[in-house]
Amino acid sequence: MEATQQDVLTAPEEQEAIELSGSAALLEALIVEGVDTIFGYPGGAIMPIYDALYDYKEKLNHILVRHEQGGIHAGQGYARSSGKVGVVFATSGPGATNLVTGLADAQIDSTPLVCITGQVFAHLLGTDAFQETDVINITTPVTKWNFQVTDAEQIPEAIAKAFYIARTGRPGPVLIDITKNAQIQKFQFKGYQPCNHIRSYRPKPIVRPQFIEQAAQLINEAKKPFVLWGQGVILGSAEKEFQAFIEKAGIPSAWTIMGVGAIPTDHPLNVGMLGMHGNYGPNVMTNECDVLIAIGMRFDDRVTGRLDKYAKQAKVIHLDIDPAEIDKNVQTTVAVWGDCKETLPLLTQAVEEKQHTEWLQKFHEFAQRENEAVIDAELHPQTGEMTMGEVVDQLNQLTNGDAIVVTDVGQHQMVGCRYAKFNQTRSNITSGGLGTMGFALPAAIGAKFGALDRTVVAIIGDGGFQMTLQELGTIMQSGVNVKIIILNNRFLGMVRQWQELFNERRYSFVDIQSPDFVQVAKGYGIAGKCIKEREELQSSLQEMLEHQGSYLLEVFVTKENNVFPMVPQGCSVSEIRLK
Amino acid sequence: MSTQENMPQGKQEFNITVYTENQIGLLNRIAIIFTRRKINIESLNTSPSEIESIYRFNIVVNETEDVVRKVTRQIEKQIEVLKVYYHTNADIIWQEMALYKVPADVIAEKAPVERLLRENGARAVVIRKDYIVFETTGHREETDNLIKVLQPYGLIEFVRSARIAIIKDSEGFNRKLREFEREQPGEEVSENEYLNQRDKVFTM
Repeated sequence: MEATQQDVLTAPEEQEAIELSGSAALLEALIVEGVDTIFGYPGGAIMPIYDALYDYKEKLNHILVRHEQGGIHAGQGYARSSGKVGVVFATSGPGATNLVTGLADAQIDSTPLVCITGQVFAHLLGTDAFQETDVINITTPVTKWNFQVTDAEQIPEAIAKAFYIARTGRPGPVLIDITKNAQIQKFQFKGYQPCNHIRSYRPKPIVRPQFIEQAAQLINEAKKPFVLWGQGVILGSAEKEFQAFIEKAGIPSAWTIMGVGAIPTDHPLNVGMLGMHGNYGPNVMTNECDVLIAIGMRFDDRVTGRLDKYAKQAKVIHLDIDPAEIDKNVQTTVAVWGDCKETLPLLTQAVEEKQHTEWLQKFHEFAQRENEAVIDAELHPQTGEMTMGEVVDQLNQLTNGDAIVVTDVGQHQMVGCRYAKFNQTRSNITSGGLGTMGFALPAAIGAKFGALDRTVVAIIGDGGFQMTLQELGTIMQSGVNVKIIILNNRFLGMVRQWQELFNERRYSFVDIQSPDFVQVAKGYGIAGKCIKEREELQSSLQEMLEHQGSYLLEVFVTKENNVFPMVPQGCSVSEIRLK
Repeated sequence: MSTQENMPQGKQEFNITVYTENQIGLLNRIAIIFTRRKINIESLNTSPSEIESIYRFNIVVNETEDVVRKVTRQIEKQIEVLKVYYHTNADIIWQEMALYKVPADVIAEKAPVERLLRENGARAVVIRKDYIVFETTGHREETDNLIKVLQPYGLIEFVRSARIAIIKDSEGFNRKLREFEREQPGEEVSENEYLNQRDKVFTM
């Protein structure tokens, strides 16, 4: 490494150029961008960067994962818990292609990531060289932006643009592919200047006051207004602004699984979860309300059900930072383009202070029916095998809703999102849009690194856990403290549920066998326990939470429980079934 | 499914005009927005605009306006895309150019060249002993028509360009592009009094 790179970065104009390798310039850039943690896996084409990293061990904490997919999910978990940009390193070829699932996940869930991939020497591009893959073209559909660097001189600007693009506007994953020659090449490094402007890129649409006024007028005239909020509130750090808005206007509000936690679970205006396995009231009332106010959400098909029977009676106000989301699925009456951190306070100012007591009461009535038909039995069963819901409920009581809950994908995810209690934002981390099984374990590792002072609990099914369980090795080596609950129903439960309900119980390849998870954990030096009896549940959860270090708790739950309520695919949200 | 559902509902030709930065990979980024939705690109022309470093794409698709509107928003969302417009054929003046290579002896013997040229608004670009290359510019029917005319005379090769289009209602496009270039110069323009105005984003 060059003599010194200390403090080379503050004022580039005044800075004398120093000779650096492309790799060292990259790491200097990361430090200026405030990066403290990198999730990665070395390989041939990224070796020069790893060689430079050897001298930056004090400043950059590199977590060696066990698979690049684990690396990128960890980066996502980190980004989601910290609000910062997750950084991931991978080598060329298979290293890079292993990132694709995570990129697609981050793209659809708007997670800010900067992924650095090594690439073969520039002169070998297009020759089918060893571990050469056309990473830029493979990742184009699943990145917000990507760029190939073939000359070290391009590195500072490419990295600056990458961070700027990843975190601004609607956040998303960015991939920078750096050929090996550019990593090695020495150049005159003139300091690193973060990017704050790209002339063809407008991160936030201009806020237009007339639309705020029109929206406010609709809200003020509404008798049955209903707010749907999504992750945009969290990504925009607009939780307070959001709460102030719904409190002043007195509007019942329901969340998507990406938005949960923006306001506390027991906030009186929080009426629950939207969508296929959401709460009864919010789904039914979507087709009863007169004004629907969607904030930072994108009307996913799992939220809307059948579109031509979705909220047709309502005037729709849509607040979103991404103009491409407006009218994409649901036709809006008033579109409020902009960052909700800016638009919500303007809207709050313009709306009248109101309480929609009777209207809110209707939600409570539906909640009561749902309690009787579904929730009581799920959370407080007296006999029989344990249910997923009661595990989550017991966990709530022990964490008081202060833990970060990371869920995988499937039945346990729906149960986890429905019943986990959250007192603070950035607490629910799940693969929402892509539904990536295997997400939770690595994402929980990343989430812990992004929020070291918080308890991180990963709730995972027996199927999903087996997709990325190699990341137990990452836990072992990094010593990160993650609590793992495996809800084991000996089935690929969600597919089994659909096969039961819609395929005449033809259980086609959903019967999955598992290893002794506690023994597997033990092999990685991770403490664990497997329980099958209700009597052990509370004390075991307590033991898990109090344990110094990571802990795996496997809970045998009933095999053939179904998640209800449910809006069957192709049905209207009004057709939600309680059983 | 009834036949009605199979019928393309309200599909027509739309001309999508895209102003972009000159960036490797951007063509692919734009193209996959169509292919992902299984939309066929009928015609694609991309070339530098009148402003150095800004490129202009003309894309023709046969789709409903609703789909075209959504697609244009997705295109405009790409980082290096400056601006996107869409227009029906009625909103634009458009042209395609075609070249026809025909054996010289057949033309000379069997068809009076002069009449062919006149009737089809074509001109001879190259006249050689062995072949003649004609060129014509016009709408699809017009360039198609000359194929039909020349086919009996031993047409050797034919090629047609992508569509280029001028937007009827494009008042001030050039002026706005020029202003934008002044305020936000491309990398090629190094010395510029407006270089420090970094807060402007391109709008038209």
